[in-house]
Amino acid sequence: MTLVALARAQAFAAGRAQPIATVRHLHLHDHPFVLIPLAMAGEANAPLAAMFGDSPAKPRLLVVAQPRNRDERFAFADALSAELVPYLMSFADQTEAVAVDRGRDVRHRYVDAPQVWVPNPGGIDFLRLFGRSTRFRRVDGDYPVPPTVPLLGQWLTFLAGAAEVPGSSLLLNAVQALGLHWATGQSGAEDNHLGSLLAWIEAGAQAAREAENGPVAGPATDPEFDNRVLAPLIADGDPALATVLHELLLPTWQQMWRILDRLRTLPPGDRVAARWDSDRDSYSSFVEHLAEGGPPQPRRDGAVAAAARLQRLENAAARYAVQRAFDDPLVMAEYRLAGVAFGGVVTLAAPDRVDDTGKRPVLRPRIMVATAETIRVEAGATLTSPARPAQKAKVVSITATPAGHDVLLELSGGMGRKLVAEPGTVPAVGEKLLLTTLSEGYRPGAALPDPAETPWTHGGPPALSSDG
Amino acid sequence: MNRIAQLRGPEPAKRHNARTIAALTGNPGCSRRSVLDAAGVDKVALAARVGFPGSFGQSRFALARGNAFEAMLKADDCELLRSVLDVGVVGYQDLGADDDATLTARHARTRELLTSATSALVDHPLLTLSVAGQTVFLEPDLIAFQSEGRLRVVEIKSFAIVDGQADAAKVAGAAVQAAVYVLALRRLLGDDRVSHEVILVCPSNFSLTPEAVVVDVRKQLSTLKRQLSRLSSVTELIDSLPPAVSFDVALSPAALVESLASVSARYVPECLSTCEMSVFCRHEAAGTTASLGRSVRESLGGVETVAQALELATGTATPTPDQAEAAALLRTAARLREEALS
Ligand code: SF4
Repeated sequence: MTLVALARAQAFAAGRAQPIATVRHLHLHDHPFVLIPLAMAGEANAPLAAMFGDSPAKPRLLVVAQPRNRDERFAFADALSAELVPYLMSFADQTEAVAVDRGRDVRHRYVDAPQVWVPNPGGIDFLRLFGRSTRFRRVDGDYPVPPTVPLLGQWLTFLAGAAEVPGSSLLLNAVQALGLHWATGQSGAEDNHLGSLLAWIEAGAQAAREAENGPVAGPATDPEFDNRVLAPLIADGDPALATVLHELLLPTWQQMWRILDRLRTLPPGDRVAARWDSDRDSYSSFVEHLAEGGPPQPRRDGAVAAAARLQRLENAAARYAVQRAFDDPLVMAEYRLAGVAFGGVVTLAAPDRVDDTGKRPVLRPRIMVATAETIRVEAGATLTSPARPAQKAKVVSITATPAGHDVLLELSGGMGRKLVAEPGTVPAVGEKLLLTTLSEGYRPGAALPDPAETPWTHGGPPALSSDG
Repeated sequence: MNRIAQLRGPEPAKRHNARTIAALTGNPGCSRRSVLDAAGVDKVALAARVGFPGSFGQSRFALARGNAFEAMLKADDCELLRSVLDVGVVGYQDLGADDDATLTARHARTRELLTSATSALVDHPLLTLSVAGQTVFLEPDLIAFQSEGRLRVVEIKSFAIVDGQADAAKVAGAAVQAAVYVLALRRLLGDDRVSHEVILVCPSNFSLTPEAVVVDVRKQLSTLKRQLSRLSSVTELIDSLPPAVSFDVALSPAALVESLASVSARYVPECLSTCEMSVFCRHEAAGTTASLGRSVRESLGGVETVAQALELATGTATPTPDQAEAAALLRTAARLREEALS
């Protein structure tokens, strides 16, 4: 991460945040929902308030006057559900058909999906736990809650689960979103303060230090505030509580929308849309799950489900890292520094070369690329160029030259179906090229048994849990 | 009066508890902190006096919940605590409130009770530990459970365990504190009398129902022992300080800053959450690569200051032989960064 570290150093020297991305690496919705949760200190995930909504001019505030009161807590969940769930469901109307199984079948997915923004990773943790504390609530029995409460729980659990998938844009947090695109001149620990992080980008180092004493972005409150302001208000049941919390949360609310505007100024990376497609897929199947009256997500994954999930997350992380590098030369630069990617110029090209040693002749053009950069690549390796991701370049030989190296490459794929390459598909002499061992290719993991065929000793089949 | 006490001035020494001793393991390389802690200086007051107050307060809501949870466990002769620990009928001895006047008597009573080897829950045992060559009393906040001649530390914590998982940072903090108690008990009774497995009792899921989990604190114990032995050598450092050095908070801020400057610090961003001097030290360390975080410092080739790293990156400074490799990397990084941004 030398380039990002260097950007931090430059940011410190300049007194301003520095860019570490040239494109936006996340999907930014035209119609996002911002949610700022605030928790009661000491309690296990008791909401104190939330400011939320989908219009910058109209923040909605929900306050729990007595956070330790169970009924008020569920009234809060009910009210939040009444506002959030309609937004989440508003994308479940139009569908499109997607070919599956090599075009032998189609399935349908919604053409859009929701996007929720919270200030920081703590906000996501809060929602995950709040989802856990509400999704198993029963609508009958001794302590019934309205059906909106477990429904909210299932949604929050779904969103928090999606937020764990690298590259997903269903539930995002502003601190990480900014940190993906700008480096400040302070430490990552200090960047966790949203106001301070944003001040580095908007106004500079001095403003960032001052912002540290400004209002917090939740979900934790400042102990000082708890003791001086909150405690007397709660003790007296003072109706001013709502006004005080409104004032506390409003600056963060405004920052959130400014952040969205700022992110919007960056052009999206080429592969962002494809990742949003996967988000729409998971949204679509979750809506279907709910429509079928599906049970709440289990408290803990069984062993097989957990292993499968871990594998999915690892694959997603690897794919996301490569995609970001392919989309963004500034991210790719980190790989160039490490020698797994290098830039060069095409010095020779045989675009019509045909290999006829096999059963049938195949088009295998060769090009020579001269580079002055460090390369950690060996003959036989397969390289890709972000400009032509469908084309493979096999390293035939590497020769040291006074200026660096000459790399001889044999190309396959991405040139059309004929024995003559389609125009422009083979890099021409003089073209600048970036080549890397990184590959977008799908890496299938080890086969895991289907959950339904797993013995119960290994966590399957999933049992329906009811809450304790 | 010895030099350590002189350093602090007429203020009484800051009392230690498991939390403050656990904090000693936070930034073990920092001499400043070791000296201040060894001398029992009130760091909160000192930081405020030199103009860099930190916020290390605790929410009264959190305190109230902690107290309520503990009171619930201990009500009716510890009925609930006994059941969650599954200890059956054993005696319960409370060694009482925290009162400076009875320290020695309570310590004697603690020793007597714990050496007797009768099965019992012993609440608020008063323990001592040697910190920087001085015996300090630990404000007791634990229960020692004695059974078959072996002791276990029981710590009551108010953070929740949800589906078998708790906030990792909080568990880690509790484990270090428990290790402090284990160590103090071992120093009193001998190593093999005290288990390295401690029991945390926390609220389960979103209720106040208690749940007990066993935590192995061997790793924390060895870190703690190492740091305490380092701290004992701090007396030599203190003796070598110029006589004018003092952290008496009655002195002028300028004099205090000068005294602080005479003891070297090792600021890292982690200080912000672990040390009361952090805002002062952060200000002092501005411009160092370390203040950007350990990984940033390493990525910049371990170069000391930001300015130096940038000079090496732009080629305006000539690297020393052992900087050569880092400098080459930084130059390439700067070139690649510029190219990608243009
Ligand atoms: S804040 Fe200062 S005194 Fe405290 S540990 Fe860090 S460097 Fe040492």
